[in-house]
Amino acid sequence: MKLDVILRIGVKLVLPFVLLFGLYVHFHGDYGPGGGFQAGVIAAAVVILYGLIFGIEAAKRLAPPALLERMVPLGVLVYIATGLPAMFLGNRFLDYGVYAEAGSGNRTLGILMVETGVLITVFASMTVIFYALTERGR
Amino acid sequence: MVLLGELLSHYNYIVTIFLMVAGLYVVVARGNMIKKLVGLSLFQTSVYLLYLTPAKIVGGTAPILDPDYTVYSNPLPHVLILTAIVVGVATLALGLALVVRIREAYGTIEEDEIFSGNGNK
Amino acid sequence: MVTLIAATLLTLLAVITVTIIFQRSLLGVVILSGMYSFLMATLLVVLDAVDVAMTEASVGAGISTVVLLATLHLTRTREYAQPRTALLPVFVSGVVGAAIIYGTLGLPPFGIADSPIHRHVAPRYLERSEIETHVPNVVTAILADYRGYDTLGEVTVIFTGAMGVLVLLKRRRRNGSDKQDARS
Repeated sequence: MKLDVILRIGVKLVLPFVLLFGLYVHFHGDYGPGGGFQAGVIAAAVVILYGLIFGIEAAKRLAPPALLERMVPLGVLVYIATGLPAMFLGNRFLDYGVYAEAGSGNRTLGILMVETGVLITVFASMTVIFYALTERGR
Repeated sequence: MVLLGELLSHYNYIVTIFLMVAGLYVVVARGNMIKKLVGLSLFQTSVYLLYLTPAKIVGGTAPILDPDYTVYSNPLPHVLILTAIVVGVATLALGLALVVRIREAYGTIEEDEIFSGNGNK
Repeated sequence: MVTLIAATLLTLLAVITVTIIFQRSLLGVVILSGMYSFLMATLLVVLDAVDVAMTEASVGAGISTVVLLATLHLTRTREYAQPRTALLPVFVSGVVGAAIIYGTLGLPPFGIADSPIHRHVAPRYLERSEIETHVPNVVTAILADYRGYDTLGEVTVIFTGAMGVLVLLKRRRRNGSDKQDARS
């Protein structure tokens, strides 16, 4: 029996809950502390911890580097894409008021989409930085 | 005597400036590049404290609106520092990538050896 | 009470900083900086900055420590002892510190509610954000709505940082050989 069996079993039990907590922090950023940045870093921590315990190849099967390298600019595009339709609908860039019914001023949809763009970019950036630093030493 | 009273009521700021000056000293006086980057991140975190300490109101609460509370801490510095923290880690990662390439090119990360040309390459 | 807790945490931060200055083992320096980040996150919770505390704990004590450890694994060294005494940096740091402390004595005392910082934009955000954005967390409302342009710039900076690290460190495999062209 290898000595790291506690680490392997413990990490396998804990990691899905950490990812769920990250998504909770993202979606409840309106009602408590949180938002896209914290959720992106927590999700990146899931992949990094998996890579630390089970090896970089297993982490790269879990989150392929080619997909992550395309997710990094995708978040910026999502951010800009939530701002542009407001311009076409007659308002200013990034004015979310037009996405809800007129006059209610409900901007939560725009805020959620913008934070999702931030989540995608931050998650992909932190994981890509980790992959780049660890694969240099091979 | 009144200066001592002022110093005691500004103790938070004085310790924050001490952290800033310690980070500055590490950047200037130490030759190892990784330690310089750690000193730079010490400097940055002390600047965050310098922004966030005036925003606190004693007796208030975190700026999340709730019917039970009326006094909230100032939310504007929180927003600025949130941006600054994440940008700081991106620049730290970039600086460390440069350190890795310097090590591959010169064989050392001590700046004395690099400047005097005594590295391995 | 809050002032006392904040002062204690700040003193502990100062002790850890002094230890970082004199510590020559780089692994010790990285672990001490992780402890520093955790103490900073606790201090930020005491200062009622809960969003910032969550970000500092995850980014400073998580990503920063991992990235520093990965670099240590690649460079694998210990700091050299300084051959010359560092009088000039100590003098310069002392002068800079004294000047800034003299400047911060003009700031209002810690925790007062009617200082100028609380009188201009902040009451407007606190009163109007519920009506204008329907979002209780004022920090998220300012970050994503009132100051959405700044957040766009920040996301671009993170993207640029990740691209920079990839450009510097990614190995390109060409035609079966793994060597990266180091002199290009």
